[in-house]
Amino acid sequence: MSQRHPEERQRRDEGSQNATSPHSEILRSAQDDAVARARALYDDIDLTYVREWKSAAPGRKAIGHMPIYVPRELIHAAGMLPVGIVGGGDRLEIIRGDAFFQSYICRIPRSTIELALSGRLDVLDGMLFPSICDVIRNLSGMWKMLFPDRYVRYVDVPQNFDANVGGRFWRQELDVMRDDFSRISGRAISDDDLRASIAVYNENRAAIAELYRERSRRPWVFPLSETYLILRAGNVLPPEEHTRLVRDYLREASLDPSRREQDQSRVILVGMFCEQPPHGLLVTLERAGCSVVDDDLLLGLRWLTREVPVEGDPMNNLVDAYLQASVFTASRYSPDGHRARSLLESFRRNEAEGVVFCAPSFCDPALLEQPMLVAALDREGVPHTEFKYSEDTGQFAVIREQAGTFSDSIRLWETDVILGRREDAEGSQNATPPPVEIPRRAAPVRDDVKDRA
Amino acid sequence: MIREVQKEDSMLLQKRLLSDHFDALERAGDEGKKVVYTFVPGNLNELVRSFGLLPVLPEINALQSGMRKLSGNYIAEAEKHGHSEDVCTYVKCDIGMLRKGNIGPTGKRLPKPDLLLLSYTGCFTFMKWFELLREEYDCPVAMLHVPYQASGSIDAHQRDYIVQQLKSEVIPKLEQISGRAYDEERLREMLRLSAKAEDDLVWVLESAKNIPSPIDAYFGAVYYVGPIFSAFRGTPEGVEYYATLRREIEERVAARLGPVTPDGPMKNERYRLVVEGPPNWTSFREFWRMFHEEEAVVVASTYTKVGGLYDTGFRHDPDHPLETLADYCLGCYTNLGLPTRVALLERYIRDYRADGFLINSVKSCNSFSVGQLLMQRELESRTGVPGAFIESDLVDPRYFSAANIKNRIESFLQMLDQKRQSRAAS
Repeated sequence: MSQRHPEERQRRDEGSQNATSPHSEILRSAQDDAVARARALYDDIDLTYVREWKSAAPGRKAIGHMPIYVPRELIHAAGMLPVGIVGGGDRLEIIRGDAFFQSYICRIPRSTIELALSGRLDVLDGMLFPSICDVIRNLSGMWKMLFPDRYVRYVDVPQNFDANVGGRFWRQELDVMRDDFSRISGRAISDDDLRASIAVYNENRAAIAELYRERSRRPWVFPLSETYLILRAGNVLPPEEHTRLVRDYLREASLDPSRREQDQSRVILVGMFCEQPPHGLLVTLERAGCSVVDDDLLLGLRWLTREVPVEGDPMNNLVDAYLQASVFTASRYSPDGHRARSLLESFRRNEAEGVVFCAPSFCDPALLEQPMLVAALDREGVPHTEFKYSEDTGQFAVIREQAGTFSDSIRLWETDVILGRREDAEGSQNATPPPVEIPRRAAPVRDDVKDRA
Repeated sequence: MIREVQKEDSMLLQKRLLSDHFDALERAGDEGKKVVYTFVPGNLNELVRSFGLLPVLPEINALQSGMRKLSGNYIAEAEKHGHSEDVCTYVKCDIGMLRKGNIGPTGKRLPKPDLLLLSYTGCFTFMKWFELLREEYDCPVAMLHVPYQASGSIDAHQRDYIVQQLKSEVIPKLEQISGRAYDEERLREMLRLSAKAEDDLVWVLESAKNIPSPIDAYFGAVYYVGPIFSAFRGTPEGVEYYATLRREIEERVAARLGPVTPDGPMKNERYRLVVEGPPNWTSFREFWRMFHEEEAVVVASTYTKVGGLYDTGFRHDPDHPLETLADYCLGCYTNLGLPTRVALLERYIRDYRADGFLINSVKSCNSFSVGQLLMQRELESRTGVPGAFIESDLVDPRYFSAANIKNRIESFLQMLDQKRQSRAAS
């Protein structure tokens, strides 16, 4: 456990309180309601919250990062705020960003450039670009050219998962970042700092995991249109505060008696790990009869699938966790079909009934892997559908129609071929009884989380 | 009317080399030879061939399919099977070719791979491409992750990471497939041959500094880099090819001759251009003609550096065989950060005394294309030399709009004329 001097620990805890206590103007009006607070942060494309966090104490720094995975623990251990940047969504008018990208490039880099050129990202003291695809990779170089005075780092995560090879490389990359973050923050990161941050993020991971488990169990209590906002708040809130927000939400939603089971299809969303869909699209899916029981939205916040040990060498613990407990997603090398197996495993675990592939237009990782996943689902008889979006998609009628038809087809025709129930459906005496008919109605969507586009 | 192309000795030699290689591939199954599929950037040809294995390069097959007007059907075939219209057309061309019988560029069936050597260098798509092929062929994959040279220099731990992967992942799989032990002396000998050929290639590429340039360093040079980017780096045949090519170019320099084009030698050099980005393959000759008809010659290009960047001094070093392979991979053009790419282009514009530069932005290749609009601005600002920007694709014929591109190029060249005239007047 942490060997920090008691005074230092107290200072840190006070700092954490300052960091997490919502004295923020942006949260003040909505303190009693987790979803409203999360929505306020979602709408805050000016990063007002981050500015307020920084100005709450002298010397505070914030480091931005693109999707998907960066070692946020290291940033936090330096006393800085990790800020996830996922473009401007559908609330940002692109004035200069389009001039930097050809028409066949996805939306997230152009809105991110727009955010930067309009001064919204001035609050960040550095920017990290993880190795997810060639677009984000080259964006790191563009950043260096456009903002030569700012700290920029390309985070080259290993695609080799051998501890003596990829692990050694990743440790050296982490060592460089540790030195960089110490220099930027003006505070050398001690092992105890890092252990404390790992513990904080373990709690955050546990809370998010519980959120996903509970949503899978009772999606009508924790609908995607809300859980997404709650998760997304983790991009800007300090992890301690985000953990509290998640727990608040779980409690508040559970206590709401108006949330009743719906006759919806249980689906998994695939392809949304980087460029984010507009919130209205998620609302549309729910209205079309889809209860989302798993997804890959904002995957960086839950990249590690287990706790990182606090005891021992914290740097090595981060390395080992990356090697052993990273999620399978399109941006990492998937030897021998691991990615497809992980999707099928999620399908079984969450008792899903279908998969919705919804990738951003021109997203190489998502679209290149899609045929392999489709083939794997077809082999298992799993229903699926697919469409594309961009972060500023404004017309949802076609998607609603497609998702609605998909959901209907599952409810009407596919009940017997759901994975794991197939044997029962093929004549076993223990066949699963037909689902109880529940009157069909639209999923409840709170007014303040409806699409505002 | 089809004009007879002027064939020089190096062209005939290259044709023979390629033909022999594809013959060998066709016979591979009968002769018990094992086949390794791999990519052009970061290819480990010396290592592969030191085990007696035969390389197949799917990108080369795809571009050849583009030149032979087959790629459109192959791409349609892949899209019919669920591959997105948004992704790389090399991948779809390859998958489509496979689905239609895997007939290679010389009309002969290509053998199935015994190993997919996934050298993940400078292009994310490579990783998914070979995951897709693994599903098709159900064969082993050796993964070599080459870190990105974002900072403009090679860090020791990046080199070490590659060397460790060669030792723990690549070489053991090559040994397993070939049934042979790793022979470092043989590898060293091949690397010596690589360096020799690289010397001659660099001499040829740098001959474009002459006025007039004896070569077209883009349209012509994609043929020159063919052997060294594919199966012949580190081979005696490769050395012979580059020595022959160099002799021919030396003669052209001495005679102050311009480049040879498919429509005959260029008699006059009016514009000297630098080009960034790959060419379009489906209308390659038409594209080239748009330049040489206007007496525009390309004096330097970045595409000819994707399979190895030699004109900044790198040579394969037989004294450090694995380390030099690592440095080679790290240095391939698309594995370089944007600031480094801009610096290289700036150097080309100045050293080759270019009148202008052109960016051919291809839809398929985000590795090349993302950032090119910023590169254009930056280069214009640093050099004062004007740039032009056109868009096309590698092998998707739907994305080559000849009229638009021709119009753009002609307007650009007119603008260079006007600049020249106004400079002369002042």
